[in-house]
Amino acid sequence: MQELINIFVKSIFIENMIFAYFLGMCSYLAVSKTVKTGVGLGLAVTFVLTITLPVNYLLENYVLKEGALSWLDPEFAEVDLSFLSFIMFIAVIASMVQLVEMVVEKFAPALYSALGIFLPLIAVNCSILGGSLFMQERAYTSITQATVFGFGSGIGWLLAVVAIAAIRERLKYSHVPGPLRGLGITFIITGLMGMAFMSFMGIKL
Amino acid sequence: MEKTAREPLFSKKNRRLLIDPMNENNPITVQVLGICSALAITVKMKPALVMGISVIVVMAAANVLTSLLRNLIPNRIRIIVQLVVVALLVILVDQVLKAFVYDVSKELSVFVGLIITNCIIMGRIEAFSLGNAPWKAFLDGVGNGVAYAGILLLVAFFRELLGNGTLFDYPIMAQLGVYDMGYTNNGMMLLPPMALIVVAIVIWIQRAKTPSLIEKD
Repeated sequence: MQELINIFVKSIFIENMIFAYFLGMCSYLAVSKTVKTGVGLGLAVTFVLTITLPVNYLLENYVLKEGALSWLDPEFAEVDLSFLSFIMFIAVIASMVQLVEMVVEKFAPALYSALGIFLPLIAVNCSILGGSLFMQERAYTSITQATVFGFGSGIGWLLAVVAIAAIRERLKYSHVPGPLRGLGITFIITGLMGMAFMSFMGIKL
Repeated sequence: MEKTAREPLFSKKNRRLLIDPMNENNPITVQVLGICSALAITVKMKPALVMGISVIVVMAAANVLTSLLRNLIPNRIRIIVQLVVVALLVILVDQVLKAFVYDVSKELSVFVGLIITNCIIMGRIEAFSLGNAPWKAFLDGVGNGVAYAGILLLVAFFRELLGNGTLFDYPIMAQLGVYDMGYTNNGMMLLPPMALIVVAIVIWIQRAKTPSLIEKD
């Protein structure tokens, strides 16, 4: 249990998708103009991360990894399909996103129209594939750990996007030098927030 | 952009495709695409260079392939088709990197895989190669790829030089003897937030020089 909490806290604050790895920056910059769209996309990303990671975990451990196919037949113990992992992961993610899109369209049409183009683009949000690849690289030992990691990463992403959106809403009233307006100042603020988040590294977990 | 039958290979329009991304239409600082992986791997020049080359290769090839397939892909499933094409190319690049530059490949870790979801590739496919002939798509891919690699190298140059005192692992600051004059490396440059700030400065300088790019609000 303690280990799960560790993974959760770590993935939100210390290994934050945005501030530590810059994953999902494109949509982060695009939807952070208002808090409302930020929250919507953040929730969608959290949801997709939480459901794709366990699926990809199973895929990794029972199909792709070296010797993972041995449950099928002992003679497959030598087979290493890990070079296929990119294409398998992205296929899972793309179909999951399609699914989420249909569910959101049916049950929350307002959110659907607010998210607009960004919902299908979650498929190409780096943080989703990044989550799966980190899961593969760090070799989490159980499916619960993978799920918790996915959920935590999603929450971290949500936190980052909501924070920057709130700041950008206020920023409208301030006088920013012309060339820095819009993109430039957002980068600088993200950098400063990243530095603040780095102070969490002082907490040893 | 309609294509005339006898357009020379490097007509003015085609040259613009290649050159525009370098400044006015830069993928990172103007189109805001591909930032995801741009920042994380710019701590040192070498991974940045390898990443830049990989992206140029994947992008040019993906643009040509999707441009060839553009009349065959049904509109509804085009994103999945694009992802499959790009994923295929990235697998090839990943295997090549693992075979020839294993240490860099380890350093890049998940970021090679993340070329698949690099917005710059999907963005250019969506915006350009699905509506244009293969040669134009190729030029567009190379142009954007080179511009992307250029920004990567620029950011990596300052981060490695100021943060580590080296360039391509060559201890340039030690050779210049500035340490004896009391200079110390700024370790802050190696941390992730500084990548964002260096890019912001690049954007600032670029927009100050090209006022047409300044955003109105």
